[in-house]
Amino acid sequence: MAETAAKPKPKAKPMPHEGVFEPWNDPNAKPLIEFRNVTKRYGDFTAIDDLTLNIYEKEFFALLGPSGCGKTTMMRMLAGFESITQGRILLAGRDIGDVPPNKRSVNMMFQSYALFPHLSVWENIAFGLRRETKDAARITERVEEMLRLTRLEKFARRKPHQISGGQRQRVALARSLAKAPKLLLLDEPLGALDKKLREETQFELMDIQEKTGTTFVIVTHDQEEAMTVASRVAVMDEGRLVQVATPPVIYEAPNSIYVADFIGDVSLIQGKASARPETPVPAPPVSPTEDPAAKAAPAAMPEVPVASAAPLPDGRAPAPNVMGEWLHDKVLFPILGRRPPTPKALSAPDKAPAVPEPAPAPPESGTPESPPELPGGGLAIHWADGLDPLVAVNGDPALAGRTVTLAIRPEKVTISRDKPATDNAIEGTVIDIAYLGNISTYHVEIAGGVMVKAQMTNTRRIAKRDITWDDAVWIGFSATAGVVLDA
Amino acid sequence: MRKALVIAVPYLWLLALFLVPFLMVLKISLSDVALSIPPYTPQLDLTGGLAAIGEFFSQLDLENFVFLTSDDLYIKAYASSLTIAVISTFLTLLIGYPIAYAMARAAPEWRPTLLMLIILPFWTSFLIRVYAWMGILSNTGLLNQFLLWLGVISEPLEILNTNIAVYIGVVYTYLPFMILPIYATLERMDGSLLEAAEDLGCSRLSAFWLVTLPLSKTGIVAGCFLVFIPTLGEFVIPSLLGGSQTLMIGKVLFEEFLNNRDWPVASAVAVILLLILIIPIILFQRNEQRARELDQ
Repeated sequence: MAETAAKPKPKAKPMPHEGVFEPWNDPNAKPLIEFRNVTKRYGDFTAIDDLTLNIYEKEFFALLGPSGCGKTTMMRMLAGFESITQGRILLAGRDIGDVPPNKRSVNMMFQSYALFPHLSVWENIAFGLRRETKDAARITERVEEMLRLTRLEKFARRKPHQISGGQRQRVALARSLAKAPKLLLLDEPLGALDKKLREETQFELMDIQEKTGTTFVIVTHDQEEAMTVASRVAVMDEGRLVQVATPPVIYEAPNSIYVADFIGDVSLIQGKASARPETPVPAPPVSPTEDPAAKAAPAAMPEVPVASAAPLPDGRAPAPNVMGEWLHDKVLFPILGRRPPTPKALSAPDKAPAVPEPAPAPPESGTPESPPELPGGGLAIHWADGLDPLVAVNGDPALAGRTVTLAIRPEKVTISRDKPATDNAIEGTVIDIAYLGNISTYHVEIAGGVMVKAQMTNTRRIAKRDITWDDAVWIGFSATAGVVLDA
Repeated sequence: MRKALVIAVPYLWLLALFLVPFLMVLKISLSDVALSIPPYTPQLDLTGGLAAIGEFFSQLDLENFVFLTSDDLYIKAYASSLTIAVISTFLTLLIGYPIAYAMARAAPEWRPTLLMLIILPFWTSFLIRVYAWMGILSNTGLLNQFLLWLGVISEPLEILNTNIAVYIGVVYTYLPFMILPIYATLERMDGSLLEAAEDLGCSRLSAFWLVTLPLSKTGIVAGCFLVFIPTLGEFVIPSLLGGSQTLMIGKVLFEEFLNNRDWPVASAVAVILLLILIIPIILFQRNEQRARELDQ
């Protein structure tokens, strides 16, 4: 096929975990799937709206969005269960619009698993193979291989109702992989599993995806799941792609309030933006969020280290460790929860009470107690009358004069009784505290009734918690912690 | 204690309404004809003490069952009943399955209406409906007049008073009993199973053979038994629509009881019929059991 000849490069690098697997940044890479201006209408209702997207071989691509956003429709169009109203879908360079589902080298793992209840696990896996070959030896060999891959050897003779939910999920996966499809579609594959099993299975899925080298497209409404498994995530809303990027970029540099709000927790502060003088900075700040090409051409998507390092031109170290952050978001995120506040953030709240013992987080070199001067450039956001504007050095100066929203993740916000020495500090009142075991999220009301969430790791016993309901507190965050979005 | 009472209710029901009547029929089948009321002997006389009871049991014998084998009328009647029941069950399945399938595939808002239409005939007396078929099938009936008017035939067809009329009557009467259980299994079936089959390389037709049909098996079996069992002993349809040559065990029973007033032989016929039916009934129960297990 044409596509195999044209793609020697990604084949040589089969490790999607490594930063090097980025065919979407390679202008020569030929996509396995191309959506070209695809529209799908049901009567008056437009499910998919003029959508263009490339998915590359060996990718683990996640379609993420709330129910009714069109993600399932997209998947069903790939499988052949939905016709296309307008536009074309190409699989390996070939238009598959008129190819019926049973003639596509695409297999699907159904949300309900859709295992045949009258057939054994073995027969379920063999079902697809029997349709394409009469060679019993080949079928047996392939089924046994799939059983090994999914660790189901012991259950081969059982019927689907005689095995557990997690085993059924693996049977469904084995069955859909048995025909070695070019593309595997997974429709909310882990939705029916409980949390712990789901997390285990996510890693199994990634493992199997790597071993088989199959391109996976997963549909999910669970953002943690998408972030964990996917090489790239497409956030959808009302039949459109809002942002297509790697999980760290989606999380750290959302391109819209919608994405910021949908992925993880976020506090939104609205205000009027004004440009800041660029005194200490010779180079204009680079904004990761307002790249106009970001949506249309995935190749132009900035990588996250660039994004977070750019606005710190004076040589100070940015976030603790970019690779560490990335690893956390990509791999450890679902287990350990969201990343705890950076050491910079942690140092602030512990100053307030008489400290019985020092907090375990060591103050990192280069984290300022009180930055004598902020780097220049970016935006000042006037969010409340009579209060200091918020500083966002990563804000796009082009937004100056507009009403903007500063989106900021709770783990990047500190909370303390005294005014912290962070770039931005706001006074507020604790309205609510969500105790999650390893972390606590404080809901702080600031001027104008705006709610801001601040997260702290519970390094101390809860009885010793010094901030409680209705306390007057200060929240603080750095000049680079937030993302400025056009409101 | 209360739990035992609750469990006892269905058993008492079965005891009072099935087992006791059956034992009475069995007893009559072992008795002899007598010109009395009731028309058989011996009668159980509990006032006579143990000796009378012993005397009563000594008079019971299998004479009537032996008689049934001596006259091939009975064997022919059983065989013909079985044949008619099997053929009409098959015909009912052939017509009922597509109807049930279409109903299960219909838009959900239509399904209650369709179900209603299936059940609607039960609102009229069964007897009247069979009589109506006489009007339709007779030589001067609606069907013949219509076909003559169309010019398809020049002579009226002889349908009434033949086995064909019996088949028509049975299929018409018992069709809902075939449709409903099949519909129930098809409606319950997860539609994504068919998509999965197609996704794995099946055409629509092979997906039907490999998935839909096996999964509706319990419904098919249930429907077949629900048609087969009552048809085997059917009396009204063959006597109203069938001819003199239509031989069915229900008719024989009727004649023995009411025309010959030979209750013991009639009871023997009934006992044999029951024994023939017990086999499919047990198989039917097994099928139900398996269906439940599959549903877990």
